Order: sequence, then C-alpha cells, then structure tokens
Amino acid sequence: MELTGAQILLECLKREGVEVLFGFPGGAVIDIYNELPNTSLKHVLVRHEQAAIHAADGFARASGKVGCCLVTSGPGATNTVTGIATAYMDSIPVVILTGQVPTPLIGNDAFQEVDIVGITRPCTKHNYLVKDVRELAHVIRQAFYLARSGRPGPVLVDLPKDVMQVKTKFVWPDDVKMRSYNPNCKPHSGQIKKVAQLIRDAERPIIYAGGGVITSKAHESLTWLAKNLHIPVTATLMGLGCFPGDDKLWLGMLGMHGTYAANMAINNADLVLAVGARFDDRVTGKVSTFAPMAKLVHIDIDPTSIQKNVSVHVPLVSDCRLALEALKEELAPSLAEYDFEAGHMPWVTKVGVWGKEHPLNYQASETTIKPQSVVEKIHEITKGEAVICTEVGQHQMWTAQFYRFNEPNCFLSSGGLGTMGYGFPAAIGAQFARPDKMVIDIAGDGSIQMNIQEMATSVCNNLGVKIVILNNGYLGMVRQWQELFYKKNYCSTCMDAQPDFVKLAEAYGAAGFRITDPGDLDRVLRQALDTPGTVIVDVRVEREENVYPMVPAGASLTDMLLV
Amino acid sequence: MRHILSVTVENEPGVLSRVAGLFSGRGFNIESLNVGPTLDTGVSVMTITTEGDEQIIEQIVKQLRKLITVIKVVDLTDLKSVLREMVLLKVNANDANRAEILRTVDIFRCKVVDVSIDELTIEATGNYEKISAIVGLLTRFGIKEISRSGMVAMKRSIQN
Repeated sequence: MELTGAQILLECLKREGVEVLFGFPGGAVIDIYNELPNTSLKHVLVRHEQAAIHAADGFARASGKVGCCLVTSGPGATNTVTGIATAYMDSIPVVILTGQVPTPLIGNDAFQEVDIVGITRPCTKHNYLVKDVRELAHVIRQAFYLARSGRPGPVLVDLPKDVMQVKTKFVWPDDVKMRSYNPNCKPHSGQIKKVAQLIRDAERPIIYAGGGVITSKAHESLTWLAKNLHIPVTATLMGLGCFPGDDKLWLGMLGMHGTYAANMAINNADLVLAVGARFDDRVTGKVSTFAPMAKLVHIDIDPTSIQKNVSVHVPLVSDCRLALEALKEELAPSLAEYDFEAGHMPWVTKVGVWGKEHPLNYQASETTIKPQSVVEKIHEITKGEAVICTEVGQHQMWTAQFYRFNEPNCFLSSGGLGTMGYGFPAAIGAQFARPDKMVIDIAGDGSIQMNIQEMATSVCNNLGVKIVILNNGYLGMVRQWQELFYKKNYCSTCMDAQPDFVKLAEAYGAAGFRITDPGDLDRVLRQALDTPGTVIVDVRVEREENVYPMVPAGASLTDMLLV
Repeated sequence: MRHILSVTVENEPGVLSRVAGLFSGRGFNIESLNVGPTLDTGVSVMTITTEGDEQIIEQIVKQLRKLITVIKVVDLTDLKSVLREMVLLKVNANDANRAEILRTVDIFRCKVVDVSIDELTIEATGNYEKISAIVGLLTRFGIKEISRSGMVAMKRSIQN
C-alpha cells in the first residue's frame, strides 16, 4: 500500500517508540498535523518552539529514551536552535523534525524558508534534508539510531512540504547499517588491566564522574566500585545522581562551585578516574594546576573528549557502563588479596576532615529567607525523590549543592550551554516521561521569565509541575560576578518591574503562592507542593546572597572563595 | 608542523560544508583543500593540508572521524607518499626576458600552455616546495595571475 510522506513519517515515529511529540504547527507541516489524529501519538502543543525542543530534551533526560519534537519551517525551526545546542552540549538524544518549503522553492528565499540544516550543522550530531520520499523511512531510522547510540546527541531532519504530500510504498528498514559510523563501545582489555593496576597501586584515588555515567546507566557499577574499593566520589553538574548523595564517600560536586572537599581531594589525589566527563573549564579551573599529583585515567565513549583539554595517562575509549563492568570483573578477585578499606583509610579520613572543615554552608537568618534553605526544605519535603529541573544561575548552583541527589535521571539542568529558560519546559517534558514523580522546576526570577509562556502548556495538559522561584530581584549570578570582580557595577542585573508571579499563575489558571517570612517557609511550601496541578511558588529570598565556594574563572581549584 | 590528511567521505550534499565548518568552528587552520570523486561514485576523497602541534592534529583527526559522513582519515605526513600540486602562472614576458623565463620553465619541467605578445601562461606540477620555488623564481618577471590547486596525495605502495 502506498502512503504519503506524512503517513510514513508518523508510522516511523511509532515504530521508533515515540510516545509524546512536542510541537507547534505551521504552513510547512500542516500535512503532518493533518495525519496526527489518525495515530496513537500524543502531541503536546507548546507556546514557543524553544519549549518544544527543551521539553523533548527533558523527556529524554528523565526517561533515558529519545525525545522528539516537530516544528514548522523558518522561524519555527530557528526557534529550536538554542534547545538543539543545549542538547548537543549535554549529549542528549533528541530528534528534531522541521518543516521546509517545497523542494522546488528551496534556495529561492521563499516564505518562511531558512537553511536550518546549514544553521544547525555545528550543533547537531548529524542532520538531514529529505529530498525524496523514498529515502524518508531510511533517514528517520538513521536519525533515531544516531541520536541514541555512541555519544548521544540531537539529530535534525528537515522535511520539505511536497515530500510530505507525495505517496510511495512504505518499506520499514529492518536494520541500520552505516559504513561511516561505528561507535566503539567496548573497552580494550589491555587498557582495563592497566587501569585496574593503577587502582590497586593508588593510595589516594578519586572518582570524577560526569554525565556519561548517567547516559550509559553506569551508576550501579560506579557505586559498586566506589563502595567496595573505598574510593571517594565527586561528580560534575551533569553527573549528579550517579552516586548516592547521602553516602560517606560522596564529596559533592567539584569545580567552580564545587565543595571544598571535592576540590581539595582532586588537588591531592594520586589517581583520578574520570568517567564520562570531559574536563570542562568550569570543572578544572586553571588546567595546568588540575590534579597536579595524580595519574589521570579517562574513560569516555567519544575519542575527541580524550586529550582535548588535558593530557591523560591512560585513555580508555568505551561506553562507561561496559568499562566499569569490565573493571569490576577485573578487580573483584583483588578484594580477597587487597584490603582496600585499610589501604585507603588515611585518604578517606583526610577527605572527611576537609569536608568537616568547610562543609557547604550559609549564614542562617531569622528575618530573611536564605535561598539555600529553600532547596534544603524542598529536599526534606520530597525526601530527595523528586525530579528536579533548574534554569541557569545561582539557584542552579544552590540546587546542585543542597539537593542531595540519590538517583540518576532526576536532575535536569543545562550544563554545557547554560541555557536560561531551559528548566520549565524541560520539567513539562519530564512530567510526561515520569507521571509517577513530582517534578519541580527550581528557578530564578530572571530565568523563569524566559519561557514563562509555557504555563499555558502545563495548565492545559493538567500537569503537576511545581515552579519554585528563588526570587532575589536580580540576575543573581551575573550580579555576584559584578560584586566580586567588577566593583559592584550592577549594570542591567537588577530586575525592576517584575510581574506579580502569584497573579501571573492565577491568570494562567494555575495556583500561586508567595513566601516572604522564613517562619512560613515550611508550611506554605508543603501546602504549595501538595496543591494539585501547576503551581508557582514565589519565594522572596535574601537579595544579595552569593554562591560559595567559588573558584574565580581561570584560577586553580584550591583558590576557593569560601563562605 | 604541516600535516597532509587524506579524508574519504560520503559523496553527498553538505559534506564539504561539514568539514570546512568543523575547521572554522574549532579554530583549526586549512592551508589547502582539494576534493575529487573516486571510482566509487558514492565516495569522494579530500586532501587537506593543515598546520598545528601534535595535540591539535590529533584533535583534527578525531573530530573529522567523528563526522557521520566521514568514512576514513589517514594522516599521510609520516607515511611515504606522493604529493602533488599544480599551479597556473601568467607571467609578464618581453623580448628581453622571454628566453630566461623559458629556460626556467625548462629546468623545472613545466609547460607553457598559453602565449601572447607580452605574457606567458605556465603550468607547473610538483610538491609544495617545488611549486614554491617556481613561484619564487618567476616573481621577478612579474606574475600577473596565479591559480594554485590544493595538494593531492597518495600513499606509496612500498613503505619501507
């Protein structure tokens, strides 16, 4: 039987396991929308295309599956670019379907035409322009395969209107084979033996875990290795949740706003096991002084990550889970011969002392609400079991520091690109992926206004997403930099003329709460989180609170500004 | 150090842009780039000359391999290879210097491919150094126009 391009596309999505499609219609994709009611796909109408891609990204992060969004040509497509770059930097599997003008018009500056394949080439894992309906099924199959395999990432497929209209015989490709793409997933056994020996020989080892641990579902092996070999664990922002936040071997996040213990441990370690991390500048600080005493082992699926920012002693190109499982197998017999607990005792004790000397801390107050206390309170109320999304800025760092994540896929934040406006649409996506979980977007008053229009999407779909705004009336992180490094020249960081977030919630048909008194925090926050449906909680916090510790940009990790 | 990379790619629209964009986006330098078809219509070969220290070249090779449309990358720099460039030069020529120009053409085994009253157009092939030497020698006569191909390269059959 012959099907139209639109029908083939939707059939392919179904076969790829897509359940929810986040999108926004337009002229170039009407044919696809025309067929949508004939499928079992759930379509979520967003209010801005940027939210469609962030929601697909949030869905992917919370579920571990491929997220998918559908937008029209021209402005619809360009509006997704920030979200595509966000997913690209954080290696999130997303397939972006964009409409395109009919093939005979391509290149003619037609209405709502833009070369989205050209625009997104540097921020997608790969992208396609489908010029022939006979290639369509094949391309969609490849797009999903590329998005989820190897180092995952966003893949864009541009769909000209006429290609969606013409008919052809639908043939589902059974298999995907690409001669130019063979992600190397299995670890080299010789390298595994080398790493195992380094671990046996190390006196002061530390695991530095990144987002790759979560992507590859390596958290169980990582936890096994850390606990059985008594190795302290630190993680990047993207790695939070890969190791239980309440374990005594957990040091907290490292880097610019990392804990004193984590940064000191990196500085004094004799072996750093970097797993699924990429030595980002926010993590390493001054590269030349990073882990000066350590042998570096770098496990990553992407060969380009290795030897890019720092030169490492033992590179290991592999899927993190497969590498850690192989290490576990290699080291399990050593447990009988070596007493790792006793061997690492002096080191683990020393690291513990650093943690006690300068724990994550803030000056409590009885008159103003401290933003950190709000995050702690959310953790207490949700028992650390919520899916937490954030925007970008101070509130993001406080969340990373004070919400002790215990599980993977529960902290959704724009790490690499630092996209303000990410959290709320991502929370919407996450809520579709995890209807069983409470999903909370911890936001700043600046960031939340970047995609506030999605209140309509959340209310319209009866989603229970809770937004907690740590409202300090500033673009707080930039203000903090201005205070510390720019002589308090608070240029354009004071958010004058803010909306009344409670009334705004009500205007969208949601519930709004405001908390100004520290004495009300517990009661009102509990009430807000217990309220069904979409809720905004406007928490007025200490205005000029800073995030500490802080390693100034370009400084060594040991040059921390402390509370 | 200068490196010569032979890059086998899928012959499809946008592949040149992907490679060129990779170099510009990551701040790598392309000295010359040559693309041509192979016997397999689905495959093209690019020869790229680039410059950088060891770490940068390693990144360039890895980043190229990461591109989905790139099938194979070989760094020919440390291999025995045949390297060739071609250049077309339009040189000022008068009765006083024409003989001297032709002598130079002869020494370098170049060809004169076009002649007019006051110009000679010369075709030269050779490796990078030879081409640079010819250009250097003919400069004093006045080169009016120059068109230089990128380098094409091939690994020699016998490596030892």
